[in-house]
Amino acid sequence: MPTCRTVLVPIIGRSVAARVGVRRCNNSREDGTQHLGNLDLVTAADASDAVRLHIVTGKGGTGKTTVAAALALALASGGKRVLLCEVEGRQGVASLFDVAPLPYDARRVAVGPDSGEVFALAVDAESALLEYLHMFYRLGRAGKALDRFGVTDFATTIAPGVRDVLLIGKVYESVRRRQHGTAAYDAVVLDAPPTGRIGRFLNVNSEVAGVAKFGPIGSQATSIMEMLTSPRTRAHVVTTLEEMPVQETLDATDELRAVGLRMGSVIVNSARTPELDDADLAAALTSSLDAEKVEQALAESGLGVDQPAVNALLEEATRHAERVELEREQRKRLDDADTPVVTLPYVADGIDLGALYELADQLCASGRF
Amino acid sequence: MPRRTPSSGRPKAPPSRGTQPRVGPLSSRLGDVPALNVDELLRDSSVRIMVCCGSGGVGKTTTSAALALRAAEQGRSVVVLTIDPARRLAQSMGLSELDNTPRPVPGIDASADGSLDAMMLDMKRTFDEVVETHAPPDKAAQILRNPFYQALSSSFAGTQEYMAMEKLGQLHAEASRRGRWDLVVVDTPPARSALDFLDAPERLSSFLDGRLIRILLAPAKGPARFLSAGMSLVTNTVTKVLGGQLLKDVQTFVAAFDTLFGGFRSRAEETYRILKDPQTAFLVVASPESDALREAAFFVERLEEEDMPVAGMVLNRVTTSAASGISQQAALAAAERLGEREPLTSALLRLHAERLSRVAREQTLQRRFAAAHPDVATATVPALGTDVHDLESLRNVSALMAA
Repeated sequence: MPTCRTVLVPIIGRSVAARVGVRRCNNSREDGTQHLGNLDLVTAADASDAVRLHIVTGKGGTGKTTVAAALALALASGGKRVLLCEVEGRQGVASLFDVAPLPYDARRVAVGPDSGEVFALAVDAESALLEYLHMFYRLGRAGKALDRFGVTDFATTIAPGVRDVLLIGKVYESVRRRQHGTAAYDAVVLDAPPTGRIGRFLNVNSEVAGVAKFGPIGSQATSIMEMLTSPRTRAHVVTTLEEMPVQETLDATDELRAVGLRMGSVIVNSARTPELDDADLAAALTSSLDAEKVEQALAESGLGVDQPAVNALLEEATRHAERVELEREQRKRLDDADTPVVTLPYVADGIDLGALYELADQLCASGRF
Repeated sequence: MPRRTPSSGRPKAPPSRGTQPRVGPLSSRLGDVPALNVDELLRDSSVRIMVCCGSGGVGKTTTSAALALRAAEQGRSVVVLTIDPARRLAQSMGLSELDNTPRPVPGIDASADGSLDAMMLDMKRTFDEVVETHAPPDKAAQILRNPFYQALSSSFAGTQEYMAMEKLGQLHAEASRRGRWDLVVVDTPPARSALDFLDAPERLSSFLDGRLIRILLAPAKGPARFLSAGMSLVTNTVTKVLGGQLLKDVQTFVAAFDTLFGGFRSRAEETYRILKDPQTAFLVVASPESDALREAAFFVERLEEEDMPVAGMVLNRVTTSAASGISQQAALAAAERLGEREPLTSALLRLHAERLSRVAREQTLQRRFAAAHPDVATATVPALGTDVHDLESLRNVSALMAA
């Protein structure tokens, strides 16, 4: 077996060779480090203060994918090119934008306000691995043959942490991808795994440490970690105003900060505006709204209603008031934490493309993105 | 492509239930939603395992806990296994510590002679215990020290699913052997994709049993000349991608683990067999939203494809309206007429209209699901004003589910 080469391959992707040159070095690690240094210079020359990578997480069921899609549309306003990546194989983006299931290649799914463009990409570990092998080892067809030996299965599902490095590696490459001398995308939005798995997913360094510390995957993990913890990356957590999602949001922000990421916003999704004023809400909570007055008003409105109908309306008011009180408690917990909060309204008739644009508008208006 | 257990290579028997030709309307009663009788299911003593599956955020853990509590209070001896790391079950069951050991849940009504134990899966400890139980002491120590094993047991994406099934097998064996429990309720890991927990054991055992392992072991096991071309391709690639140290770790791990492979495979097969048996009841958990119901449909189809017994669906957080006799349109029109003169009554009417519109949308989604899956009996749980975090509210949820 030939001796193991130290191969520094900081980026996964097809346009890499043209961009920075693939450094293959058979020498010492010091040389490799020097190459990495050169790469950093290239990056520094392009650096701007703008956030390039937005990572969106949240408890399952809070509307994480919806918010990620709305954020991509929002960022695309002003003629920007934005890439929306999903990594969980759920094809949630395709169904939101009502397009065919996304392939491994980026494809345009929507135009943003002011002729911006949103592209979407479903990253899967198997394709990322084959692309990686093809790029760096020219293992095109031979790479596929590895499947028969269970190597791709091993590398993408069993070797600990490698899967996540491959998935984020593709996102990382998309952020750094260049086209016609400028960044291919002005921003990349990652629809990331839910809060329960986000810390482990993003902490690629410690995930591969111990198993692949010195291999190319190890170097890749180090480069990815540098980008994730740089000022050009922000993490956002989506929540609804319920106890468990809020608890997971607070836990996740702590966890993300511990990994070294910078927090962007906590995005409250599906927030409802109270229909009653505070005095009526308080009365509804104790079931002491003025039933006679309501009955009179109903009669006056021309709805010939009886006592049970009045009671039903009052009962619904109590449910509403309980819900509002719960939401206010949860909002206070978020406000007391140290991440800025952005609020998106409840969309009554389900999320469609039109609703996404409305949410994108709200995100723009918040001034946080 | 669905993965199958190594034993299921034989031609598949005709599906025993739940599959009709998918041509034309699947139900002659389009729009009817068959009701799931939860109490009947819980009382059925031939059902000894209940598996709750569904996408994240639909209330799987709460549903598992509520079902377990109700079964226990109706006289069954129940153990509930949860996998969720947020320890939500612990909160709702009043346990301060939920570890790898089943512990009695305090405060349940034992007047019907039932009992309830609860536990949370510790995947690393479960894996360690498997190794310690099945390997000779010196081999076990060697395996537990191996860096590849340590990473595999604590962070491999499928370990949680695999160990959930391993633990289910253990609990079931203990229940059958010692009669400690007559019902095991299992919550499933928040799946990366539908039913990962069904695939993970097969994936791990096919890896442990597969060609790659034989190739990796080949240098240690003798003449490699028949394999040489394939072997150098494989080992070179693994070395390139993962680094030489990992390859060495994997090789030592595999060499030490060799004697355990057979046991792993046969236990995975046994778990599959138990899951297909009529003593198991799968419940798909969902909420009345299009995403959650789409996932639920995937789960149902996949389970039926694998001949796994689907008992029905639990639909959580369903919006209800007190019957008021006022339609959405009438409420909005009246609110308009009253306007600012009667702000309270207008607001009540608007709230009512909004509620009716959600009710209608959810019913449409539910009917569509039922039209495509007419055999899936469904129990609904109304949305609650407050979250569940004590036994009383959990009891309330279970009562609503059975209502």
